[in-house]
Amino acid sequence: MTIDLKTIKHISRLSCISLEDEKAQKLAGDLNSIFKFIEKLNELKIEDVEPLTSIAETTLKFRTDEVKSDNIREKILKNSPSDNEDFFVVPKVVE
Amino acid sequence: MSEITSLTLTELVKNIKEKKLSSTEITKAFVERSQKSKELNTYITEDFSSAIEKAQKFDDKPNFDLKLPGIPIAVKDLFCTNGVRTTAGSKILNNFIPTYESTVTQNIWQQGAILLGKLNCDEFAMGSSNETSFFGNVQNPIDKNLVPGGSSGGSASALAANLTPVTIGTDTGGSIRQPASFTGTVGLKPTYGSCSRYGIVAFASSLDQAGPMSKNVKDCALLLEVMSSYDKKDSTSIDFNRSKYSLELNNNIKGKKIGIPKEYRVDDMPIEIEELWKKGIEHVKECGAELVDISLPHTNYALPTYYIVAPAEASSNLARYDGVKYGFRSHGENLIDMYEKTRSEGFGDEVKRRIMIGTYVLSSGYYDAYYLKAQKVRRLIKNDFDVVFNQVEAILTPSTPSSAFKIGEKTNDPISMYLNDIFTVPINLAGLPGISIPAGFDKNDYPLGLQIIGKAFDEQNILNIAYSIEEKINFKNKITDWWIK
Repeated sequence: MTIDLKTIKHISRLSCISLEDEKAQKLAGDLNSIFKFIEKLNELKIEDVEPLTSIAETTLKFRTDEVKSDNIREKILKNSPSDNEDFFVVPKVVE
Repeated sequence: MSEITSLTLTELVKNIKEKKLSSTEITKAFVERSQKSKELNTYITEDFSSAIEKAQKFDDKPNFDLKLPGIPIAVKDLFCTNGVRTTAGSKILNNFIPTYESTVTQNIWQQGAILLGKLNCDEFAMGSSNETSFFGNVQNPIDKNLVPGGSSGGSASALAANLTPVTIGTDTGGSIRQPASFTGTVGLKPTYGSCSRYGIVAFASSLDQAGPMSKNVKDCALLLEVMSSYDKKDSTSIDFNRSKYSLELNNNIKGKKIGIPKEYRVDDMPIEIEELWKKGIEHVKECGAELVDISLPHTNYALPTYYIVAPAEASSNLARYDGVKYGFRSHGENLIDMYEKTRSEGFGDEVKRRIMIGTYVLSSGYYDAYYLKAQKVRRLIKNDFDVVFNQVEAILTPSTPSSAFKIGEKTNDPISMYLNDIFTVPINLAGLPGISIPAGFDKNDYPLGLQIIGKAFDEQNILNIAYSIEEKINFKNKITDWWIK
């Protein structure tokens, strides 16, 4: 299997990472060598094996859904890359 | 007394408790040495003046009942520290100041430790040489031209260079044990679920574990004892009876069965590694342990499995970096354009490569062929260990297939970089504890490490085996302080 430029563009779109053509070309090369390496897994017969989704394999514990407030609204907003004091601001979404 | 910064954690604690040294004296000594060691590029963020203030505060009202009384410690910049910048080695988090503290760091401050600063690492812990960091590569104090390993490269370098008495790192595929091996230090990856992941910048959530790095096994046991706790804030944290690792540390391994897996004898492994392994085997024999030849038949499938599972989880975890609520933002024509440019400019090449691999293996039409298959093979790898642990109590292997390599040597070949983790990755996939201890040198006097792998939750046992081997080996790092002018 080879990953072509069209597939790279598709993955780049899905990942929300814009990619120049030159970089896309190099990435296609890297990904092809990595996937060739990964294809080693095809040697194994695994139809009947149960997938391992979590190493702990325990049921997740429930905890009470409590609202806790540290009153750190200002501190949180300070990390925002936009300038507005009270909201997270993004480019206009609705025309 | 020898220089303060060359003392072990255990010695420093003893000196503080006996009032022979104050926290201020110790903290100042590490700060001064760190300031003279900027060339190594170990720190991303220094917190020195605040550290000295905290040390003075400790000395005014000392509490000697704590386990780390007034001890200054620098930590990997993957742990969120309340009010102190946390970057994960990435441009995208260049200006991020957490509003909360990771549980593991909280645990060490609660026992009296003091934050010295945040240490360099591969971007989002993705790398084996610390060369993917946005803040530049780190030098190995062993030799100017060598990488310190990765991803906890800044931690390993700072520790070996005596800029911090101990440190904490994280290990997803070998990121504590490989740099420990490359710098002649001790590093332990705990059982999955032992140390809380709360507040650690996530890479691959089913593999990530925080762990201690130190100059000897005793310090490692003490730091693990403080770090490890059950935490409600981490849904995969496990509530088990944690041993008092430092108190129960002993060198009696008589009669213990230790496995030697034949699959770890890989092609083109340097003869020095083979000899180091043999020497390790001799040492455990001398300590009265019984050696057993074992087989872990799916070992060769661990790396390909890892390079599906880890990027898949990473692509999902790193979806949160969108330039909206925190971190770097690039200007875009519209919302999607802003996302795409922010992520393209904010992430480095290796991180983008892994996000793309992960996105691809999870995308429609490929899930069964890659992700599901990898999860099935992961089961086989875990089963290998389950079977073997019916026969033996621990496994002894080399930590890495080579000693530290040169800066720039592997940056253009991702596969050869990935192969560095061949002996460490299977342990993360199986969720087991593993420790790397320095055990010898190659022909260039570069350190080499041995790895001891244990059953889940059996950290005490691998610490005890490491403690016995350490006594026999009597390793002394060969560092000349070449970077101090």
